Amino acid sequence: MRNRVRIMVPLLAAGLAAAACSTGGSTPATQGSQAASAPATDGGALPRNETLYTSGTQWGPPANFNPLREWDYATGTEGLVYEHLFHFDGNAGKLVPWLAESGAWVDDTTYELKLRQGVTWSDGKPFTAKDVVFTFELGKMETVPYHNIWEWLKSAEAVDDRTARFTFSKANYQEWDYQLYSRAIVPQHLWEGRSEEEVLDGENENPVGTGAYVYKSHDQDRVVWQRRDDWWGKTALKMEPKPKYIVDIVNSSNEVAMGLLLQKGMDLSNNFLPGAANLVKGNFGISTYYPEPPYMLSANTAFLVLNTTKKPMDDPAFRKALAHSIDLKKIVEGVYGNLVKPASPTGLLPQWEQYIDQQVVSEKGFTFDVAKAKKLLADAGYKDTDGDGFVENKDGSKIELDIIVPSGWTDWMESIRVIAAGAKEAGINMTPDFPDFNALVDKRGKGDFDLLINNERQLSNTPWTYYDYMFQLPVRKTQNTVNFGRYENKKVWELVQQLDQVKTDDAEGMKKVISEIQKIHLDELPIIPLWYNGLWSQVSNAAWTNWPSSADGTPKTPPTMWRNWMELGGFETLTQIKPAS
Amino acid sequence: MRRYFGRKLLVYGLTFFVAVTVNWMIPRFMPGDPVSSMIARAGASNPGAVETMKAYYNGLFGFDQPLWKQYLNFWTSMFQGDFGISIWAFPAPVGEVILNAVPYTLGLMIPSVLLSWVIGNWAGAFAARRKLLDNTVLPVGYILTAMPYMWLAVLLAWSLGVVAGVFPVAGGYSFSLQPSFSADFLLDLLHHWALPFASLFLVALGGWAIGMRNMIIYELESDYSNYLAALGAPQRLIRRYAFRNAVLPQITGLALQLGVLVAGALVTEIVFSYPGLGSLILKAIQNQDFFLLQGTFMFIVLGVLIANFIIDIVYVVVDPRTRAGMAGAQA
Repeated sequence: MRNRVRIMVPLLAAGLAAAACSTGGSTPATQGSQAASAPATDGGALPRNETLYTSGTQWGPPANFNPLREWDYATGTEGLVYEHLFHFDGNAGKLVPWLAESGAWVDDTTYELKLRQGVTWSDGKPFTAKDVVFTFELGKMETVPYHNIWEWLKSAEAVDDRTARFTFSKANYQEWDYQLYSRAIVPQHLWEGRSEEEVLDGENENPVGTGAYVYKSHDQDRVVWQRRDDWWGKTALKMEPKPKYIVDIVNSSNEVAMGLLLQKGMDLSNNFLPGAANLVKGNFGISTYYPEPPYMLSANTAFLVLNTTKKPMDDPAFRKALAHSIDLKKIVEGVYGNLVKPASPTGLLPQWEQYIDQQVVSEKGFTFDVAKAKKLLADAGYKDTDGDGFVENKDGSKIELDIIVPSGWTDWMESIRVIAAGAKEAGINMTPDFPDFNALVDKRGKGDFDLLINNERQLSNTPWTYYDYMFQLPVRKTQNTVNFGRYENKKVWELVQQLDQVKTDDAEGMKKVISEIQKIHLDELPIIPLWYNGLWSQVSNAAWTNWPSSADGTPKTPPTMWRNWMELGGFETLTQIKPAS
Repeated sequence: MRRYFGRKLLVYGLTFFVAVTVNWMIPRFMPGDPVSSMIARAGASNPGAVETMKAYYNGLFGFDQPLWKQYLNFWTSMFQGDFGISIWAFPAPVGEVILNAVPYTLGLMIPSVLLSWVIGNWAGAFAARRKLLDNTVLPVGYILTAMPYMWLAVLLAWSLGVVAGVFPVAGGYSFSLQPSFSADFLLDLLHHWALPFASLFLVALGGWAIGMRNMIIYELESDYSNYLAALGAPQRLIRRYAFRNAVLPQITGLALQLGVLVAGALVTEIVFSYPGLGSLILKAIQNQDFFLLQGTFMFIVLGVLIANFIIDIVYVVVDPRTRAGMAGAQA
């Protein structure tokens, strides 16, 4: 009996191991057959020197390839497969023709696009002006995210195969430029006849675009793209993306991304790695855009949003006092280890520096100064009447504020601890709290909060997008994306609309309006700019080199695969890198 | 016999119903709603579009119906094999998402549960007989069993993965491979499987070894062993009887431990970014993906119940006393 057991154990072990492998293998195998239907499947492993591994964008399985779902399409759907009419070059501050050869305002309310010749969809059909018109007209469906352009766009028509003309009822020049590089053009011959449901919710498997890559395969934890060798850009743009394959890896956590980076299994990580500074300084072959603080390019501004419908945040004097109590230096150095930069009091990104009116800032800006915060509070009539060390409302009721960020966002959690401590120092009773992300979204939408941090607006072609985010009116029952603080100021909203209608080549005109807006913003301070969040990007030089950096002779494009950043230069980065060997 | 299993099945049925109902309720009573956060992520620039999208998705997921109706819909569609659409991995059906993940979880769970049980018992029984072995197996077992799954997983990932570079730290198979039935791919699969398996296996192993060692010592000192020894029976025979008796509580222990092991597998998967159910559950909770959460949870409840049922049957087979009891009940 004992002998029998003895033999049985290893046999059982071997059998189970085999069973485990075969169960593990069975499902991917079916996906293997799916992959076989995709073009050019070759059997073995992807060659390391031709493959780029990226991560930091996709947090769930790549479930759709629908470029209209700008928030959860599989990484690369826009940029690698579907392309835009223009790209936006943040350094030069101008649009770069892409699918369009040129575009110009014929008169004040008519815009005409000239498209490139010889562009083809990956199924071989030619790309024409009809596709462009079709894409914009999809916006007539109410659930399509860019539906609002039809409030001021009157018509779109294809004059001939290479010319598209847009007529406006109200020409919002700033926003139009934004639309020009944000809209991914889809093929009419494949999308025509899709119902509204399919357009918005369709999985759109095997996407057909004009881009430099085609779909190769995907699995729960990755999506693989393969270069298209007949891409039009090779001749028209004199560009060629270097990696033959791009594998985007789904993140389960930032720690795993760090592990992969250190193992040289990943080339471009757009994850937020708190210890990035140590990675760069240690000899790991990992680098960031700047070799010194702040290490990263700036991608967006983190704002302190105040609920202006609640007391005492409805009082500009109180808001100003609060702004003076925030120890930004401690956040930037202590919490972030210099991975971020303190923001300008206007909140405008460094890329928009020319639009910051320095005179207004020096006159009305704020800096960390507890004594001044205390004085401002006292001057405005906030006194500590019950002697608990904290000021009370003017009517004598207690001030007890909650500042919230999503639970688990450790850097923000530390930051609001610093902010709350600063506020307490100045005599404002404030407690940090960390609700679950969904609960926070719910509270934020309904206006059921005191203070929170938000950074959802990214870099764009115009500061207008930021002011739209800060001041948009009217305030609705739920505020989902803009003006979370429910700040109502008709005058500044009119100025924002006025800014929208300044032509984008009229920098002086823009500056004039923006300066007016900045005056009101800094006087009223309904939303307090805190710091510039980075374009998190850690690159490994093991397989690919010549990454964008601040050093001479390297590309200056943003090294990122983030959604809606490919057209801001993320794609160009792929054409600049070089294989290491 | 029929009554015994009938009663067992009834209990399992009730457990299933209650567990699934609780799981249906919990996410719905969490603050926040999934459609809002989905649309917040969408970041549509036009607030007007947001309202339309919200109404549309609430209708699509059936959140616009009264709760009792949602609950009824949930059971009806479940019996039709429809678990709904995942909110997080939109628009993939939940059934498909789970089916993709299940092989990985089972591939980890079944070998680690069974192997650790078999080897743990064997090692424990062995240790009970030799002083030297006992002095090593016992402390090592205590350390292993006291170790949280994710802690061991992180240690393994760091030491063997990042520092030594022998094993991969993430994924179900290499990011450079396409799934196929080639030897390369299967080896690669095994390579990625090794560390998550090891962390589950080792922790469970310690517990079984200690349990078995204690049981064997207890059995060897019991009256029947002494009596056998006094009769002059060989040590081997005594030990064989002791082993058979000692293994019974271990089988019960296996049934009890299953739930814990599932939980362990979930955190281990998260540490290794292993594409199984664990990662799915974490994301489903974070994104308030009601449907995915319901689906994964139901799968786990079913799995644990089925495993327990199998153990019940095994118990009847290995323990004659149960059979005798049932025969008595029938008579």
